Amino acid sequence: MPVDTPEIRTAMPPVPSPPAAPPDAPPGAPARPGAAPVAAAGTHLQAREFSLFYGSRQALKKISLEIPPQGVTAIIGPSGCGKSSLLRGFNRMNDLIPTARSEGELLVAGMDVCLPGTDVVELRRRVGMVFQRPNPFPKSIFENVAFGLRMLGLKDRAELEIRVEDSLRRAALWDEVRDRLDRSAMALSGGQQQRLCIARSLAVEPEVLLMDEPASALDPTATARIEELVLELRGRYTIVVVTHNMQQAARISSRTAFLLQGELVEYGDTRQLFTSPREKITEDYITGRFG
Amino acid sequence: MTTDALRATLRPLPRARPFDLTGLGFTALSGVAALLIVVMVAIIIGDIVWRGWGTVTWEFLWTVPREGMTKGGIFPALYGTALLVVLMTVALIPFGVGAAIYLHEYAKPDSPYTRAVRFAVANLAGVPSIVYGLFGLGFFVNFIGASIDRGLGLDVTWGQPALIWAALTLALLNLPVVIVTTEEALRAVPRDTREASLALGATRWQTIRHVLLPQAMPGVLTGAVLAVSRGAGEVAPILFTGAAYFLPYLPKSPTDQFMELGYHVFVLATQSPDVDATRPLLYGTVLVLLLLTFLLNLTAFLLRARLRAALAGRQ
Repeated sequence: MPVDTPEIRTAMPPVPSPPAAPPDAPPGAPARPGAAPVAAAGTHLQAREFSLFYGSRQALKKISLEIPPQGVTAIIGPSGCGKSSLLRGFNRMNDLIPTARSEGELLVAGMDVCLPGTDVVELRRRVGMVFQRPNPFPKSIFENVAFGLRMLGLKDRAELEIRVEDSLRRAALWDEVRDRLDRSAMALSGGQQQRLCIARSLAVEPEVLLMDEPASALDPTATARIEELVLELRGRYTIVVVTHNMQQAARISSRTAFLLQGELVEYGDTRQLFTSPREKITEDYITGRFG
Repeated sequence: MTTDALRATLRPLPRARPFDLTGLGFTALSGVAALLIVVMVAIIIGDIVWRGWGTVTWEFLWTVPREGMTKGGIFPALYGTALLVVLMTVALIPFGVGAAIYLHEYAKPDSPYTRAVRFAVANLAGVPSIVYGLFGLGFFVNFIGASIDRGLGLDVTWGQPALIWAALTLALLNLPVVIVTTEEALRAVPRDTREASLALGATRWQTIRHVLLPQAMPGVLTGAVLAVSRGAGEVAPILFTGAAYFLPYLPKSPTDQFMELGYHVFVLATQSPDVDATRPLLYGTVLVLLLLTFLLNLTAFLLRARLRAALAGRQ
């Protein structure tokens, strides 16, 4: 299945940035993220002593970790350990919770996104997110994928069509929906809806893809397809997957972080973490002794 | 003592009662209460349809009242009502929807200002409509209107009861309906959908404009049509602010007075020089008013059903 269509992509001008984009791009950040693969060395996402509070309850306690560009990083841990909160810090979705407050730094391509002056709109374009439950808009399949592009001001129908097709191909959904793009997205199956949501995120050319338990609402077949898709996408995007499914983390990720009660217990190479964890408590968790 | 020993001291449970007089009594009572409503509505509607049906002809709808309102039709009242509700809607929807968006999307839920606004909305809904009428007279006609006249150096033009002031008074009366229905519709949009839009890099306003409002549209429209339906029948708010007993001409400007169906019913019922001659006209007018309200409510219902189906992907 073709996931990349360079001959189409070269015909496309880059997605315009919103006018409010910060003029000073950080050093080392690619001029046009997502179009060309991010430099394969260094750190793409980083947490420095990052703490998060909901009211007086502390959800994350001084988390520090570095995520290199590309590849898949899994965040595992029992329910309520803060893994979603950490994920949602990188695109500032925690802002939507009125009582949430953070300390420390979260860096995307070297820039602290927690700073008050951050252009959150541009950040969320660069750092895409896929949610636990498929959440397509009650619009047509085409308009779902075109949504982010339209919000950036793209109007040219021909260009939108090319970009929508390209995104749907990347999300391995094109062949299933090519003849019914104008039908409602709500009529798709759960797995198709989730791949549509991935296509929708990819359309605005993000450099990072945050996935919050992307397969937990899906049946095993649909789950397998999402996992395949994640593996196909990892060469181009920095992917962070939150999951409570340890087999899934082992299958798709190259690095795994284990969170417990808001603390980062262990972070490292997935194979090593699952076969010879440094911490006793990690071993207890992955062998199913609690959680 | 063990449970078994305790149980041994109990007598066997009585049999379930085959015949329950109290229950039957209450069933009958509640049934009668329900029936009473149906009967009363049937009598009201039946009486009006029965006696009004013959009067409502094409001519009745399209001619003016004649001979001291003992002959002729109701066209000026229909026309005035239509103008009134159109003007009211134009003023009402932007304010109502705007206020609802502010309350639901921007306001901090617990700030004193938000509380004040909510308190005002809740109390606005409870104010008797005649008070709105007096407020409209005092505020719109005697204050705003008179100020415009004074400012522009005109003779009494704006500072008298007029279509525009009646429409604004009605809009004020219906503001709570639109605010509440719109807010409910916004609340019904799943959090997931809102987050999806924001996570794609849509701004807050873009999310409201392209995701929340389209999904809240059924609610907004329902509120609007309900407001129109209510506005078409309210008499008290327009009594002092613009409705006329009888006018030989149709209103041409927002500063003109107008005739209105609900008020026309009141006039026919109480001010006629010849009650017997007016009675058929009265029934006809009431029937038209009822049909209008019914049609509007039906429209609201169908609109909501259709839009909901479209949103659910069933088209």
